[in-house]
Amino acid sequence: MTNDIFAPPLKTISHSSMMMAMHFLKGRRPEKLGKVAWVTSGAPVELLRTLDFYTFYPENHGAVCGSSHQSVSISIEAENLGYSRDLCSYARTDIGSILSGKTPLRTIPPPDLLVACTNICQTVLHWYRVLAHRFNVPLVLIDTPFIYDEAADHAVAYVQKQIEEAVKVIETVAGQSLDMKRFREVTSLSRKASQLWMQILDLCQQRPAPISAVDQFIAMAPIVSLRGEAKTVDIYGKMLEEVEERVVQGIGALRNERKRLLWDNLPIWYALRYLADFLGTRGIVLAASTYTSAWGKLANMFNPDNPFESAARTYMHPILNRSTGDKMKTMMKMVNDFHLDGVILHSDRSCKPYSIGQMDQRDRFINEHGIPALLLEADHNDSRSFSEEQTSNRLEAFCEMLGV
Amino acid sequence: MTVEIQAIGIDIGSTSTKLVGTNSAGEMIWQILEKTEPRIEEQVRRLLDQAWEMNDRLKDIPVIATGYGRKLAHQATRAITEITCHARGVYQELKHGGTLVDIGGQDSKVIRISPQGKVFDFVMNDKCAAGTGRFLENTANRLNVSLDDMGAIGMETSVEATISSTCTVFAESEIISLLANGVILPEILRGLHRSLIKRIVAMVHSVGFEAPLMLSGGVVQNPLIASMLGDELDTEVVLPRHPQLMGALGAALMALETS
Repeated sequence: MTNDIFAPPLKTISHSSMMMAMHFLKGRRPEKLGKVAWVTSGAPVELLRTLDFYTFYPENHGAVCGSSHQSVSISIEAENLGYSRDLCSYARTDIGSILSGKTPLRTIPPPDLLVACTNICQTVLHWYRVLAHRFNVPLVLIDTPFIYDEAADHAVAYVQKQIEEAVKVIETVAGQSLDMKRFREVTSLSRKASQLWMQILDLCQQRPAPISAVDQFIAMAPIVSLRGEAKTVDIYGKMLEEVEERVVQGIGALRNERKRLLWDNLPIWYALRYLADFLGTRGIVLAASTYTSAWGKLANMFNPDNPFESAARTYMHPILNRSTGDKMKTMMKMVNDFHLDGVILHSDRSCKPYSIGQMDQRDRFINEHGIPALLLEADHNDSRSFSEEQTSNRLEAFCEMLGV
Repeated sequence: MTVEIQAIGIDIGSTSTKLVGTNSAGEMIWQILEKTEPRIEEQVRRLLDQAWEMNDRLKDIPVIATGYGRKLAHQATRAITEITCHARGVYQELKHGGTLVDIGGQDSKVIRISPQGKVFDFVMNDKCAAGTGRFLENTANRLNVSLDDMGAIGMETSVEATISSTCTVFAESEIISLLANGVILPEILRGLHRSLIKRIVAMVHSVGFEAPLMLSGGVVQNPLIASMLGDELDTEVVLPRHPQLMGALGAALMALETS
């Protein structure tokens, strides 16, 4: 049935998934990896990449556990030891996995170094302290002041100083010194890959949208986890070509696109297929998402000529480290640029920084801009906070409101 | 009259099941209302057979189902949510937009209807029993009071006990303490209604209240609900003639449009 609804999957998305699989496979043999760093999704990974670390992203691993429907049983391992269900389900999945050894990857490589950046949430601060205690390895913490309006110069200097001071710790663990020329190259690779990623997403402004946000959720793994590598630039270069080709041929992610929506917040990993089918059968495409674009929007801030200052600036600016008013503006711009008919705001029980303000944002969409908006309560990784029946009911009523 | 029926709407709620038949002008000319049985498919079959027995021709007219059991009405040409159907039914009856509150046994809904009768916005509470009819039902059982009498008993006094618990189960414990402290039943029931209404009012504000306030669903039979909602929002409450049948009527009207 789905073939009547969806265009065939992109070859390059399969290749990107394969690339991730190879990366995880490599992680099964820690003795061959060199030094391993566990990092948060918004950490300045370019330094680690320059010093040849094998990087492991607990959030990315969490998403793998969620997509393979294993995150709840793994989270319970952490909850049984007293970690509250009110904690982020990525954190519980990660901690539960470490405590129990359960993982769909069979094994995960233990860290020699931990790098956490508070630009996505304050949970990582405490989560990574747990990891540091558990593994008894150094923890580099980058504190990024929240940006209400513009990033103040002193705030950028403060973050830059922290990144510069982290070099000594990272070099010690790596057993080698930072090569500035290489650091610039890696920064340039991050810039290129992020630019390509943004170009891919921007092609969804076309009607029909060549790929959906659901495709993007799968395709985004390398830009999150393998940023700064040449192969990442390569895969997104090819992906851009394939998506451009679709645009030329007028092929949409859906064979019959009727309405276009914005998705806000993390995906519901364990219900991705359900959501794609539910919306797809009604001709609704998620043409854009604030989440996937977060890894592209800052592309031009990477500056290989000034890698420390640009890392500070780039990693201060993720959507989660900026004001809710700024997020509203970003979303409205997306609604206009991508010609969207409505918005789904996933109120993610686990991700408080992403979800705060959504009730007001929903009101503003509806009452100030006349854009239909739905608040969908769920959790990105904990299916116990998700009811398919109730979600379907809300979505169905919303679709009827949109006239489909 | 049966020959005039041009479309049928079925609303299968958690508490009651309703069937409405309309004529070509969209007027409600036939109706059935009974308690929802555990075997929904059999019940729907029986009720539709009842209609079809009146006239064989009715087998060919369009049927649309709504309510939480809508997908079990296999005879229906389409299933549409209660949100859309209630809005449609109420608009047909009252001919104006506004804010519609429907407190169901299983969930509560607040729907903002545009002056043209379209759903402008809606919110649903289906995560917590405290904002639904189940909140009253649960306590009615505990206090050995009939659900139908709760409102009337609560209206016997103007004094209200404070029920502060945010959860149906804990509210029950709170009521037990109040009883143990000698608080009389009408005061407790009044406090209980207030607790429910405050939740509904929060939902009303979250869609942005637009007068008039309209009520549909079985809960309208409880006079205290309408009176308290009106007080809290400082507005008049408008009721359609058949508040319980609005979902089924809306479904029938949409079926009529497809015919």
